[in-house]
Amino acid sequence: MTQGMTGKVGQFHTTNCIAYANGANCFVAGVTPNKGGQSFEGVPIYNSVLEAKQQTGATVSVIYVPPAYAAAAIDEAVDADLDLVICITEGIPVHDMLRTRYRMSRKGAATLNESNGVLAKDRAPGCRTLLIGPNCPGLITPDEIKIGIMPGHIHKKGRIGVVSRSGTLTYEAVGQLTALGLGQSSCVGIGGDPINGLKHLDVLRLFNDDPETDAVIMVGEIGGSDEEACARWIKENMSKPVVGFIAGVTAPPGKRMGHAGAIISGGQGGADAKLAVMEECGIHITRNPAEMGRVMKKVLKG
Amino acid sequence: MKIHEYQGKEILRQFGVPTPRGKACFSVDEAVSAAQDSGATVWVVKAQIHAGGRGKGGGVKVARSLEEVRLAAEQILGMQLVTHQTGNEGQRVRRLLVEEGAQISREFYLGMVIDRDAQRVALLASSEGGMEIEEVALHSPEKIHTLRIDPVAGMSAEEAAQVARLIGIPEASVAGTVVVLQGLYRAFVEKEAMLAEINPLVLTADGRVLALDAKFNFDSNALFRHSEIVALRDLDEEDPAEIEASKFDLSYISLEGDIACLVNGAGLAMATMDIIKLYGGNPANFLDVGGGASREKVTEAFKLMLKNPGLKAILVNIFGGIMKCDVIAEGIVAAVREVHLRVPLVVRLEGTNVELGKKILAESGLPIISASDMADAAEKAVAAARGN
Repeated sequence: MTQGMTGKVGQFHTTNCIAYANGANCFVAGVTPNKGGQSFEGVPIYNSVLEAKQQTGATVSVIYVPPAYAAAAIDEAVDADLDLVICITEGIPVHDMLRTRYRMSRKGAATLNESNGVLAKDRAPGCRTLLIGPNCPGLITPDEIKIGIMPGHIHKKGRIGVVSRSGTLTYEAVGQLTALGLGQSSCVGIGGDPINGLKHLDVLRLFNDDPETDAVIMVGEIGGSDEEACARWIKENMSKPVVGFIAGVTAPPGKRMGHAGAIISGGQGGADAKLAVMEECGIHITRNPAEMGRVMKKVLKG
Repeated sequence: MKIHEYQGKEILRQFGVPTPRGKACFSVDEAVSAAQDSGATVWVVKAQIHAGGRGKGGGVKVARSLEEVRLAAEQILGMQLVTHQTGNEGQRVRRLLVEEGAQISREFYLGMVIDRDAQRVALLASSEGGMEIEEVALHSPEKIHTLRIDPVAGMSAEEAAQVARLIGIPEASVAGTVVVLQGLYRAFVEKEAMLAEINPLVLTADGRVLALDAKFNFDSNALFRHSEIVALRDLDEEDPAEIEASKFDLSYISLEGDIACLVNGAGLAMATMDIIKLYGGNPANFLDVGGGASREKVTEAFKLMLKNPGLKAILVNIFGGIMKCDVIAEGIVAAVREVHLRVPLVVRLEGTNVELGKKILAESGLPIISASDMADAAEKAVAAARGN
């Protein structure tokens, strides 16, 4: 389902997603409060996520709701127990995301303490919903489904996973792979915000378990320590080769480089330090963004 | 969005955090009369610029008479204050804070940040006040105490008192420190800050705790609901090019190199800067035109890049997704015709309708150097900047 389907952005991208591969069978509902009963491109609109889920059986939502209301839209999807929520919206206030992530982390915590239930490893206690984003291009499995704003036609079905904090830089990596004849299993944009859902590590773990993925390109950028944490996990657990690039080697400290999360602060989050940890952990790093595809090709040849 | 120290202290006072009495001044006479009106006998005259490290650069002076206040104000006001955060040119001082002096017995550090890993607001507290927290983190990390705060329960008095004791606040002043910590946290959350620092927090000879400095950085994504914060913006403290860019919804940051770049998307824009450097050049800016770059936006972006007097070349790197290459090509051609292009222009287009886009550039008759990929573009831009 698409939350915020009736807005200009929501309409445009819903149309493109429906047109891609199996999209026409997959996009079954839209959600816009007070517009229930209407439809767009033959897709019925509901007043709430819960109603859309109950009426259509949809388990995944993509959010194009404006920034001031987007965190509440995520909350609604979490409350409706969806499997996956992909939030495209850029510019959500960080304190809103802190509250939303806290809600997710606390969901069902009380009942969980009383049970001896085993947690799904990627999910917060009691919260079955996975969040991708916000401020991301979304998720695509080439020739199957596209949930987001990426250009479908640059992708090619194949066996390389791609995970990235950026939009167009992901397209750059995908474009290089496709040009070299290397198709992609799935491409996941985790977004450029400081407080987000799935991290590099979570997606790498999924790719490691995915029988349709042989190797992964991991694209990071300055800010935070997500890539370092992921690299350490890779060293201990990953059975497939990983190629890595970090954007922002030339970024000055203390400046927000477009993305809210792309900032070197307190001497932390610099690209060189990230690359050093990644290299140390056995990731095939490149400092040249034009070489991501070629490095992958070389790695696959052994 | 950053604000001045005196504005930060005003916010802290609204949340019950004690600070020395002081007044913002815009002239030497104002500074002297503010000192006179305060009834104090010792004053501190402090340069108000957004960068840190003001004391070391000569921007903070203690005065023990009104004549010394006048002298200090004369020296500081209008100076180009150079600190480790301003760059070599420094920042011109246009405002002063004249404050009563405090009898300092000890100095502490308090900071509040968004902890990305824990996804919580975190308080950092240390007995090592007055130093850069980065320095403390490097040499004695055990002296930094971190408290991650539950967003629903907030910071409890017990937690705050514990932190106060950990950093060595004497028992008699713990209650006062709890007020400071809870006030700082409430200010941070209610005003939606990304960073807040009180460095130093001081313990006075008579056992009071005072915020001797205040630094805030607010979430620009939340400013739409904080007009009171927007009102504190001081455009004199911001890069004119960045202010100009923000009017056209362009994300722009000036750098020190001579090859300008215009890119769609923040990650690709950073990667473009990086590849320029990798091929031996120096990027002049970060510039993300965003997803829906119109002809007008591209034209404004060109004007902005061309304002740089030392510019040697421009590199345009577009990966057209939703934004079609032919539309962007038309935008580039129109922009180049409108502005006076005095440096070589290298364009790399990729993605949706790329062939059409390249054709438009080729048929424009303009001296545009076309590049086949990012590496080719960087190589050509660096060569062009060197006059080859």
